[in-house]
Amino acid sequence: MRKLLLPIIIIVVTIVVLARLFFLQIVDDTYIKKSENNALKIVYEYPERGYVFDRNKKLLIANQPSYDIMVIPREVKDIDTLALCSLLDVTYEQFVSKLEKAKVYSPRLPSVFLPQLSKGEYAAFQEKIRHFNGFYIQKRSLRDYQVNHGANIFGYIRQVNEQNIKSNPYYRSGDLIGIQGIEQEYEETLRGTKGVKYIQRDRFNREIGSFKNGIYDTLAIKGDDVMLTIDSELQAYGELLMQNKRGGIVAIEPKTGEILALVNAPSYDPSLLVGRERSKNYTALYNDSLAKPLYNRVLSGEYSPGSPFKILTALIGLQEGVINEHTTFSCSRGFYYGKGAWMGCHDAGNWSLNTAIAKSCNTYFANAYKRVIEKYRNPADGINKWSEHLHSFGLGQFLGYDLPEGRKGHIPDADYYNRWYPNGGWKSTTTISNSIGQGEVIMTPMQLANVMAAVANRGYYYTPHIIKNIEHHKIDKKFTTKHVTSIDPKHFEPIVQGMNDVFNFGTGRSVRVESLDMCGKTGTVENFTRINGKRYQLTDHSVFVAFAPKDDPKIAIAVFIENGYWGARWAAPITSLMLQKYLLPEIVRTDLEKRMLEGSLQSEYDKVLQLYRTTSKPVSTPKVAL
Amino acid sequence: MKNVSVQKNIDWISILLYALLVIAGWINIYSASLPAETTSIFDLSQIYGRQLLFIIFCIPLIVLIVSIDTKFYEKYAMVFYIIGLLSILGLFVFGKSVKGQTNWYQIGGFGIQPSEFVKTTTALLLAKFLSDSQSHLSTFKEQLIALVIIGVPTLLILKHDTGSAMLFVSLVFVLYREGLPSWYLWTGFITIILFVASLVVKPGIIIASIVLISALHFYFNKKITRNPLIYIILVVIMSAFVFSVDYVYDEVLEPHQKDRINVLIGEDVNLQAEGYNLNQSKIAIGSGGWTGTGFLEGTQTKGGFVPEQHTDYIFTTVGEEWGFAGASFVIILFVCLFFRLIHLAERQKKIFNRVYGYSVICFLFIHFAFNITMLIGLFPTIGVPLPFFSYGGSSLMAFTVLLFIFLKLDANRINEW
Repeated sequence: MRKLLLPIIIIVVTIVVLARLFFLQIVDDTYIKKSENNALKIVYEYPERGYVFDRNKKLLIANQPSYDIMVIPREVKDIDTLALCSLLDVTYEQFVSKLEKAKVYSPRLPSVFLPQLSKGEYAAFQEKIRHFNGFYIQKRSLRDYQVNHGANIFGYIRQVNEQNIKSNPYYRSGDLIGIQGIEQEYEETLRGTKGVKYIQRDRFNREIGSFKNGIYDTLAIKGDDVMLTIDSELQAYGELLMQNKRGGIVAIEPKTGEILALVNAPSYDPSLLVGRERSKNYTALYNDSLAKPLYNRVLSGEYSPGSPFKILTALIGLQEGVINEHTTFSCSRGFYYGKGAWMGCHDAGNWSLNTAIAKSCNTYFANAYKRVIEKYRNPADGINKWSEHLHSFGLGQFLGYDLPEGRKGHIPDADYYNRWYPNGGWKSTTTISNSIGQGEVIMTPMQLANVMAAVANRGYYYTPHIIKNIEHHKIDKKFTTKHVTSIDPKHFEPIVQGMNDVFNFGTGRSVRVESLDMCGKTGTVENFTRINGKRYQLTDHSVFVAFAPKDDPKIAIAVFIENGYWGARWAAPITSLMLQKYLLPEIVRTDLEKRMLEGSLQSEYDKVLQLYRTTSKPVSTPKVAL
Repeated sequence: MKNVSVQKNIDWISILLYALLVIAGWINIYSASLPAETTSIFDLSQIYGRQLLFIIFCIPLIVLIVSIDTKFYEKYAMVFYIIGLLSILGLFVFGKSVKGQTNWYQIGGFGIQPSEFVKTTTALLLAKFLSDSQSHLSTFKEQLIALVIIGVPTLLILKHDTGSAMLFVSLVFVLYREGLPSWYLWTGFITIILFVASLVVKPGIIIASIVLISALHFYFNKKITRNPLIYIILVVIMSAFVFSVDYVYDEVLEPHQKDRINVLIGEDVNLQAEGYNLNQSKIAIGSGGWTGTGFLEGTQTKGGFVPEQHTDYIFTTVGEEWGFAGASFVIILFVCLFFRLIHLAERQKKIFNRVYGYSVICFLFIHFAFNITMLIGLFPTIGVPLPFFSYGGSSLMAFTVLLFIFLKLDANRINEW
């Protein structure tokens, strides 16, 4: 019996100890939470975002300091809530709901309580912050826009959302991230790297210096500056010309693929999306579902190209050898391509290639297209060959430019038509609308401008891009890689001459400039919309493409005006003015400038709105093009 | 020849368990004391480097201990005991004060804590006395002498180090094993129960309970005819004790001792002050979960939130970095060692060997129990190291000496006849 006492005590103590350990370590999880809380405090230091310059080293985007009031809900206690509310100009209800929201994210991690204080507010609050436990001020760098244009190029920055935080561990609640434009595309370049300091707290929750002598700490690294290919003056002028209109302008330097201007209309002042009004302004822009200022029409808008596509039809005809520059077709105000099928044309006569381009004769290009397709044994081979040529111009695919938005457009091939006509039976005339850019061919204005650059270069293009230089880095090699089209350079000359004649005696003669040797092509794009399955004819889009000067092209351009009637009415004058702005010391055609600046298509847009109002109860997102 | 027989007969299971504990202890000391910049594991400016040196120094020490003839320990037990007492007395003159406790000698760069070694000397003398005695502690005289052997070092150490002094009380179990009447244990047991109860419950309730239990005991134990007067006297004594507890608590205990008791019973505790140690210790252990945060990954350990983590609180590192699995493993190692040693002690034919063996077990177990129950909030905070585990040369070497003398005695048991 005496022998057993000690073993029994040992066993009892052991069981008690193990049970207690089990309770502490497994059952009760409050200690795990406590351990995370009291060890380290992490302080972030946000670097300045990289500056943005235009191609002439003009500063476009700088930074301004911004101060967010952060809150760690767990640490909020014993504060004078009313004093805080009045100091920050928020109501008690707002205070409660903001705090609740922060608590939902995390009770112990900081959340933004009030973003983007002004300097004045910051100064007032800074003196008193120590009275408010759990609140502190986080300095960040916000954008300070030096210009009021280019919003669609720049994009904007906003606080990261939950999805950003989940998909990229770099971001913490309250961090800023670039959205759209170059801010998104070059986010990692521009944002730099935030610095982290691990501060150790002692048992009294006081900060006692850096954790492990700072071996885990990092310094904030400033974002790299970038230089854009944009010509700020041209961009500003383009946006000015586009006021009260919808559409876009894309200007490219053909020799390099550098984007000189990327005008999206309507646009907005980029500084609207900075500061405490940001969210209100953003909502207003976002909710404008008809004008869609946040929608990048020039990159994401897919339209039928219309008559400018005739240039490509002609080039393919020449390359395929089915026409030559002397080939003539007679036009009797239209082209009869099947039983009861008639494609109208505006000018009767016997046209050569040159004149056909200048006067934009539908008949001529319908015939040329028909010959291309019918050159091959069956229409499928023909259309595939045709499609191949078009793809070599970057059509029907993503161009690969360095902006985060965009669409592929569409270039049909045999598979596409086989799907539409499963029993076969389609042929050249079935798809004849393609010849004049009205059928199944759709492109973005950016692609149209790129075609113009390739024509200006007589057969090659560089991937359009908006980045010219990055501090400490080289730009992507793909922007200096030449893409050669499948059209022999010699076939371009007759086309270029025809485009030159557009200004001499063709559809663009009203916008000609004596001192500028321009080449261009008008376009009038038929515009339908479908509302509740019913097709409505809307006012045509006005399109113009051009490059200049003719023999040493420095700029290729595509202008697209929604509901602008016909090419020469709006798009041609704007093109002419843009070219003058870029190439000449001053605007020669001030008459055009006056008309364009004063002109408004608002009444057209009201008509569209009216149509939607009368035909459908809920205003669905209008598909303006197609 | 002699060494061969020692190698053959020594209990390798105990040595294995000892080695595992020492190594596991060092791994955790390494984690608890690793500085930011990496250094050699032999860096003597670092705690883990010094501990490694102590561990290595234990090897020749062990060889020395097992080489000495067993008679030496028995014969000179009294001499060792007196040297031990003198070394404690010397602290009053030469001692170095650390955190209000003067229990160190400073020699060179190292401190030596004599009270650690006094456990061994006391155990040796107690074993010697009991093996020489005839009556198996049945006479009051023998009981008194045994209690004096234990009591003198206890009282001397009490002055400097209350916690260590309390450890000597565990030798009562040895005496009980050797024949001490059981009422000693009952008295001690009831005293502890009453002390704790009177801190938690109102005195009236306790006295009512004492009266009730005594009455029931008297009523149901009709087989033993006893003078009812004894019951009345016992009730009076216990009641007096209960009332004196408040007095003892308020007047005799020092403020920090009161705090430690308050912390345990959860009374009005400031977690940033007197409750801090226990709270941080529980946080560290509690954050371990099933398998812990991983070696060198404990945030509490790295953050240095647990005070003295490499010494008395080393088990918190085990709890945090190795979780319930690691903590259980260490506990089971200890329990295996205890039972192995009990087995060895029981097979001794010499009383000297058996008494000494039980003393070793009692010391090791009481350290283990006090240390770990302290960390998990089951016992008041007293500064007791975890044997073989905690940082400290004196403690490691003292426990090594304590253990290996017994292993030597055990290895030699066949030659004793």
